[in-house]
Amino acid sequence: MATKLINIPVVKAEPQASNEFIKGLWQQNPIFVQVLGMCPTLAVTNSAVNALVMGLATLFVLLMSNIMVSSLRTFIPRQVRIATYVLIIATFVTAIDYLIQAFSLEIHKALGAFISLIVVNCLILGRAEAFASRNTVNKSIQDALGMGLGFTLALLSLGIIRELLGQGSLFGIQVLPDSFQHWTIMLLPGGGFFTLGVLLILFNWIQQRQRQLQINEKAKAKP
Amino acid sequence: MNTQARIRNRVLYLKMYRSLVGVGTLCGIIIVLVYQFSAPMIRENKKIALETAIFKILPDATTKKSYVLSETGNFILSESSSEIDIIYAGFNDQHQLIGFTIPARGMGYQDTIELLYAYEPIAQNIIGMVVLQSRETPGLGSRIEDDHGFLRNFEKLDVSLNAKKTELKNSLQIVKPGKKTSRWQIDSITGATVSANAVGKILQQSASQWLPAIKQHYEDFEFGH
Repeated sequence: MATKLINIPVVKAEPQASNEFIKGLWQQNPIFVQVLGMCPTLAVTNSAVNALVMGLATLFVLLMSNIMVSSLRTFIPRQVRIATYVLIIATFVTAIDYLIQAFSLEIHKALGAFISLIVVNCLILGRAEAFASRNTVNKSIQDALGMGLGFTLALLSLGIIRELLGQGSLFGIQVLPDSFQHWTIMLLPGGGFFTLGVLLILFNWIQQRQRQLQINEKAKAKP
Repeated sequence: MNTQARIRNRVLYLKMYRSLVGVGTLCGIIIVLVYQFSAPMIRENKKIALETAIFKILPDATTKKSYVLSETGNFILSESSSEIDIIYAGFNDQHQLIGFTIPARGMGYQDTIELLYAYEPIAQNIIGMVVLQSRETPGLGSRIEDDHGFLRNFEKLDVSLNAKKTELKNSLQIVKPGKKTSRWQIDSITGATVSANAVGKILQQSASQWLPAIKQHYEDFEFGH
């Protein structure tokens, strides 16, 4: 009896795209877990607006460079990959520099040289080398969005705390009463270190608790 | 090296060139496109920022007029704001000339510093200064923009002309912080010496160029224009 052969498409078990997105936001958060990009983290988070714009600028550069690196990954030989990645990153940093100037000169002036310094943010070159150069465009976009948003939210949380305690305002709007004594140190680099330290402790404590809960649940589930 | 290895190397070099030239060209196109898109908005923003800065350092002025130095040596009105050698005369409500704001630029620690200063011609003082653009080191050189002690130097900085009205009577001097004894001296900033010195040099150069010319052609601003 002749056997009828049926072509069954082989489906590779790929990790879910959403995992790439979530990992940057939480498990591998660039600031609270990987401790990358500390220069802008400490320098420009003295106000929520500066932190938000710096975060979004980094997100833009990360997203665009990941897309370009991933699209051209078969075209770029290994020997010149770092030079090419730096060229790509510098291009998008130049682009965002122009765009921020077009959007607001005041914010551009407040962020100063830190916009140009996005070129040397190890987060961006790190993701280009470790992820975008080895993965598809779709997954690289997920990765960039996750990491970029994780970076932005971390900067924003620092910016909010520092502006609130340092100036009694949020995004320039006064929210604490005039009687509130401003913590001037929060606007200085020292305030950045204190806030980052406190948030790192808090983040790691939450993550440890989550891990412990998972272990306990697994132990309970075992017969 | 055998022939095959040579061919392999040549192919690799070609791929490297192709990659660098290709990506470089693509990046160049991206930068040009973004610049073309953003340039008009940046120009408009800079124009607004300049106007704000003019009335900030010359607060008694309610209107301003732009002037350029003509080939004949006189100051003539200029409608364009894109010219480099341009100065702004400030007038009060009674249309009286009360001072000038003068843009100046020069090399700072790592890039060009662009600033604007206000000149009061009767007392012959610089009465205000604002940094329009700089890329000085954040936290150090960048303090030329917002260090109150440093900016206080420019509230009444003596730039009197000599008897012949051809040059400054006293050259501007940068001194160590807190060592200022004369009104033509500028207290420097600890940790930002190069940038503070650069501001002093830019002002000295610009004042030497403009102030004698303003003095000689003062009537160009007061009458007829």
